[in-house]
Formats: sequence, C-alpha cells, structure tokens
Amino acid sequence: MTKITSLNQLINLQEQIIEKKRDEITSHPGKSWGPEKFAPQALKEDQELDAPRGKEIRVVLRNCTLIDPESLDDYISEDGYQALAMVLEQNTPEQVIETIAQSGLRGRGGAGFPTAKKWELTRNNPGTQKFIICNADEGDPGAFMNRRVLEGDPHSVLEGMAIAAYAIGAQQGYVYCRAEYPIAVRTLIHAIQQAQDYGILGNNIFGSDFSFNIELRMGAGAFVCGEETALIASIEGKRGEPRPRPPFPAVSGLWGKPTSINNVETFANIPQIILTGPEWFASMGTEKSKGTKTFALAGDVNHTGLIEVPLGITLREIVYDVGEGIKKNKGLKAIQTGGPMGGCIPASMIDLQVDYESLTAAGSMMGSGGMIVMDEDTCMVDIARFFMEFTKEESCGKCTPCRVGTYSMLQILNRICQGEGVEGDIEELERLSKVMKVHSLCGLGQGAPNPVISTIKHFRAEYEAHIYDKHCPAKVCKALIHYEIIKDSCTGCTFCAKNCPVGAISGERRKPHEIDQEICIQCGICFQTCNFNAIEILPGKVQLVGEHS
Amino acid sequence: MEDQSSKQTYGLSTPSMHLLLNEFPLNQVESREIIDKILLSFKDVPGGLMVILNEIQSQIGYISQPIQEYISAILNIPVSTITGVVSFYSFFTTKPRGDHTIKFCMGTACYVGGTPQLMRKAEQILDIQTGDTTPDNHITMEVCRCVGSCSQAPVVVVDEQLYGRVRPSKIPPLIREIMKTYEDS
Repeated sequence: MTKITSLNQLINLQEQIIEKKRDEITSHPGKSWGPEKFAPQALKEDQELDAPRGKEIRVVLRNCTLIDPESLDDYISEDGYQALAMVLEQNTPEQVIETIAQSGLRGRGGAGFPTAKKWELTRNNPGTQKFIICNADEGDPGAFMNRRVLEGDPHSVLEGMAIAAYAIGAQQGYVYCRAEYPIAVRTLIHAIQQAQDYGILGNNIFGSDFSFNIELRMGAGAFVCGEETALIASIEGKRGEPRPRPPFPAVSGLWGKPTSINNVETFANIPQIILTGPEWFASMGTEKSKGTKTFALAGDVNHTGLIEVPLGITLREIVYDVGEGIKKNKGLKAIQTGGPMGGCIPASMIDLQVDYESLTAAGSMMGSGGMIVMDEDTCMVDIARFFMEFTKEESCGKCTPCRVGTYSMLQILNRICQGEGVEGDIEELERLSKVMKVHSLCGLGQGAPNPVISTIKHFRAEYEAHIYDKHCPAKVCKALIHYEIIKDSCTGCTFCAKNCPVGAISGERRKPHEIDQEICIQCGICFQTCNFNAIEILPGKVQLVGEHS
Repeated sequence: MEDQSSKQTYGLSTPSMHLLLNEFPLNQVESREIIDKILLSFKDVPGGLMVILNEIQSQIGYISQPIQEYISAILNIPVSTITGVVSFYSFFTTKPRGDHTIKFCMGTACYVGGTPQLMRKAEQILDIQTGDTTPDNHITMEVCRCVGSCSQAPVVVVDEQLYGRVRPSKIPPLIREIMKTYEDS
C-alpha cells in the first residue's frame, strides 16, 4: 500500500476515487452537506437515523449512512483527512488552537468546557510526553449519538484526534470505548488499521515531522468511567475510580503526563471547523453555545431516533417539528435531558432554548445528549426513583456522600413509590441532595440528586399525592394501583389469562374474565397484551378495591 | 530462549503453582493455551491488565479465582489488585455463564417501554430469577445497561443478536428459538 505523503497527493487520490465512483454509481461527491446529499434509500431502512427533519443541520452526522464506515476511500472522497493534511502543512499548533477558539466549540461530553482552552492548558504544561484521549464511554441510558458516529464515520473522530494531538503536542492517543458497543469497537479497530496502512497514523504523517498513533481500549461496564479521572485510571488498568481534581488531567493525566480528554462528538466537529472555517461554525448557535448538537430523541414522541440541531433551538421545535409530536396525541409532561445526572424540564418550559447555560439554569444540563420525552402517563416520582437506582448501582463507592447518599435517597424514593412515604420525606430528600451536590468527589455524585431536585421543584404536587393521599396520579406506581377487567369490553379471548405470569386471571372462554386481586402483582402484562382495551388501571391499593368498584 | 524467559517470568516452581495448575479451568490444555497466549501478547502493554481481563472474559467466558491467581503470578501483581479490578466492572464475571445469555436492557427508554414486564415473563417461563442461569446451563438471564438502541425500546439482546420492540408475548417464541438448538443435537 502506498503511503500518502502530502496534501496534494491526498487531493489527487480523492479525485481518483470520485472518478472511479462516478463510473460505478451516481454518487454525490459535492463539498456541501445538507438534506440533498442523503440517499433516501439507505435512510428508509435505518430506524435510528432518518433524513433530516425540521430545523436539523448535520455536521457531526453528515457522513453517517452516507459512506461505508469500513472504507477509508469513502471518507477520503468526502474530503476526509484534508483538514489534518492542511493543518500539518500550513499551520502551527498555536494557530490550530486559535482557530478552534474562534469557532467557540465547547466540550460535547456535557460540561461544555471550551475545547480550545483545554488544549491550550495541556499544550502549555511542561513535559515531552503528552496524551490525547477520546472519551467514547457513552453510558447515559437513552443516549446513543456517539455510538452512531463511531459506527458510521469512525475516521472523522480519528482525524479530529490527530489534529488535537498536533495542537497539544501528543504522540499517543487512546480511544476508550465502552464494552456495550461491540460493533463500534470493531469498526474503530478496522479504521485505525486502515489509517496506519495509508500512513495517516504512524510516523511522519503526510511527510511532516509529526508522529501520532492511536490505540483502542475497552471499558468493562462501569458507568463512572465516563468521568475523566476514572477513565484514566481504567486505561491504566486499575479500578475505574475518580480522584480529586486538581490536579486536572491537563496537568497530570494518564501516567501522570499532561492529557486532554475530549468527547467523540467534539473530535468529529474538528475537521469540519478547520475545512469550512471557524466563522461558519460560530454562525450557528447562540452567543455562548456555538455549532450543532446531536441528541438521541427517545420516549413518547412519534419520531424517535438520532437528530442534530443547531444550539439555541427551542425544546418545542425539537419535540413538535423534529420529533413530530407526542405519540397518540397525548399531552407532554416533561423532557428529561442530561441522563442520570440531568433533570426533568416540565412542559410549561417548552419554549426554553437548548444551550449549555439555559439548560443548567432550568435545573437540568446538556449532558452528552440523551433526550427523553415523557407524556402525561409518566410518574415523575418513579422516574426520579429509576435514575436514583441507576446512580446507586453505578456509584463507585469511593466517596461517602455519593455511596451513602444515593442509597439513602433511593430508600426514601422506594418508600414513597410503595405508598409508605411519610411527612418530611421531601425535605429529607432536599437535604441529602444538598450534601451530595457539595461534597461528592466527582460529577456522578454531584449530579445524582439532579433528577430528584428537578422533579421536586416542578412536580412537588405529585410527590405530595404519593405521600399524603397514597395516590399515583399517573397510575404507574404498582403499590398504588390495581387492574380490573371491563366486563363489557372483554371478549373472553383468554389471551390475558395465558400471559399472566402469576395465574391471577380466570374465566371461561368467550365470557368476561376476572382478576384475582390477592394474586395479582400489578405487572401490567395483561394491560399491554389485551387487544380489546378491556383492562383498566384504577387508583388505590388492592385492599381498597371495594371502595372504587 | 522462549522457554527460559517463560520460566523466569513464571518463576513459580513453588508447590502453590502446581496446585493452581491442577484447578479448573487451568488444568484444561485448551483453556491454558488461550490464557497463556493472551498473557504473552499483552503483559508488556502499559495498563494491560484491563486488556487481558477483557480478552479472558470474552474468550474463556469468566475470570474465576484460579484464573485471577494465575494472572497474578505471571504479571507479578497482587491477587487482591486483580480481584479489585474484576469485581469493579460489571462485565467481568467470576462464574461461568450459560451457553446463551438473554440480556434485558434497563435503559430509560426500555424501562419506560416495559422491560420489567418482559423480565417477569421470562422468569416465569425459565423458572429462574434475573441474574441466574438455568440448572441445565443453557440460558442465563441478565439485566444490562443501556445498549444504545433506544429508538427500538424495549430491547432484548440474545447473545449478540438484538431484538427491538419486544412485547411480552414475544418472549416464549424467543426462548423456544434458543432451546431448539438443543433439541436438534
């Protein structure tokens, strides 16, 4: 395989590839991106990534589904690695950092730290050995943007990393990918190998004196490893526990050397900023939040999947234009952003702008980009409990506020959901939240109370209904509801009886069935499987059946 | 030359090493070969312990106490450190899993979409609790973290195959499908 040694050679190669492709298929080699570039056929079969809708702009996702992720030629035909070649031939590292600073790009992992600033800090720290790390440990439940980028356009991330490495003066890079993404891991390993074959990674890249290599490291199912110091520990082969900062990784990171850790999406933006210019990037978004952001839109919207929107868009536009409204025309209740460390934004704040500052002010956060839309049938206490269960499981246990705090809060939330809440529970939750926020070691513990704080703030009445009236307004909490069969609608098809895991449903064929409330465990399978909508959820504990019928 | 270097690194003519090598699965030639190959390829990689554990987990299927002690002896790392790492990450298991694994995604979208109901249904059919393996060692039921296919919630992963939009009534055919492979043989 011939190695590419200059920008000119790369452009020649691109022309050859496009020429070859033109003969093969009527592909679209243009230099712009936008809806017209998306092949409708491929997208039709993709359940996660549709053709752009509403106000979507694709920058990070521009190549996904459009190119073959296993083919470096495909990436080169879409201007791939030209940004790297340009930078190496024409710019000093300081100029690269300056360009990124002008673009206003901020970390896409969630905290929103200016990328250029991070690089500058790492560059300015003394030391000959420095590292660049790509954080691909996307653990938030409900978020899969990074997976799609890694699976669909791995080279854009590698190119971004190489440019970053040049800027900070690193010779070695690591991609830390979570083990739950086997396809992304395979794609990346293949992509790294290809880039090495072409001489795009390795020694003297594009004929310059810049040498850089990338190695892939796999996680093993620990959510906390998304935290930068824990991630570093994990790459070092240790338990993935965070450590106090400072010193920040920019000073003392991997093996004690200056290290810059950036998110997959941050890296994927870099080549585009270099090629198209920082002014173009800065023209999108708000004053402080520039560019676009990918979100994994999930939950009760008609159109779930991956989206990429300019920052500054309102939640209303995302839910109703891009997501095409709520399923079954139900009412919107809340939007959860930021994963388990984020918060719930109530429907009343739907005109909120999506940018780092606005989301934080609303009690949530940008996070890596999970966005779960919840309709009126969602119990907010149950959601808070769900996230607390997650953080309790994933708390690494190193610091006490997080280890004990998540456990205590979960116990209270469990009690409330079981109808055993007592007066003072809400206040106790608030007190514990404060302690955890201030005293926890890392972002996991500091952010863990957010779902509880935001739901108490916006849905306090629902907590009170659970505690004082023993009533779950959304009819979700098992201990506070019971199921009954509507006699007039039941056709006696026996389907529910067959599916009931505890055998609580009885009745003759073609005659209305009945649920034995003593046996019923409120699992809801009958409600889900009934084809005639003959099962209803009624409020109140099982013992109260007499009062409600 | 290679023989000598391996003797040096192993340095374990102690009786405990003999006992260790008699334990399962180290007494199986096949497993020993796989483990030795992994150790040899990654023992000098910086931070290689995670890589080694990941490889052993995926190729052997578990990292039991004897395996941990063996790694410890070869890498010259205290066994407590290795156990610490193994117990920290949920992907590492110390017990063998069943031949097939059904994973129930507990991501937010799947949870709201009805994963708990799917688990109840499967528990009822297999007569085991989530996290356990059937007595015949055929199927292990597990909860897993978000697999990132939220637009297809609720999601069930059988071995490496992903099933989306699963309803409780789809669980029995899914399990029948797995059990079919045993009937044929």
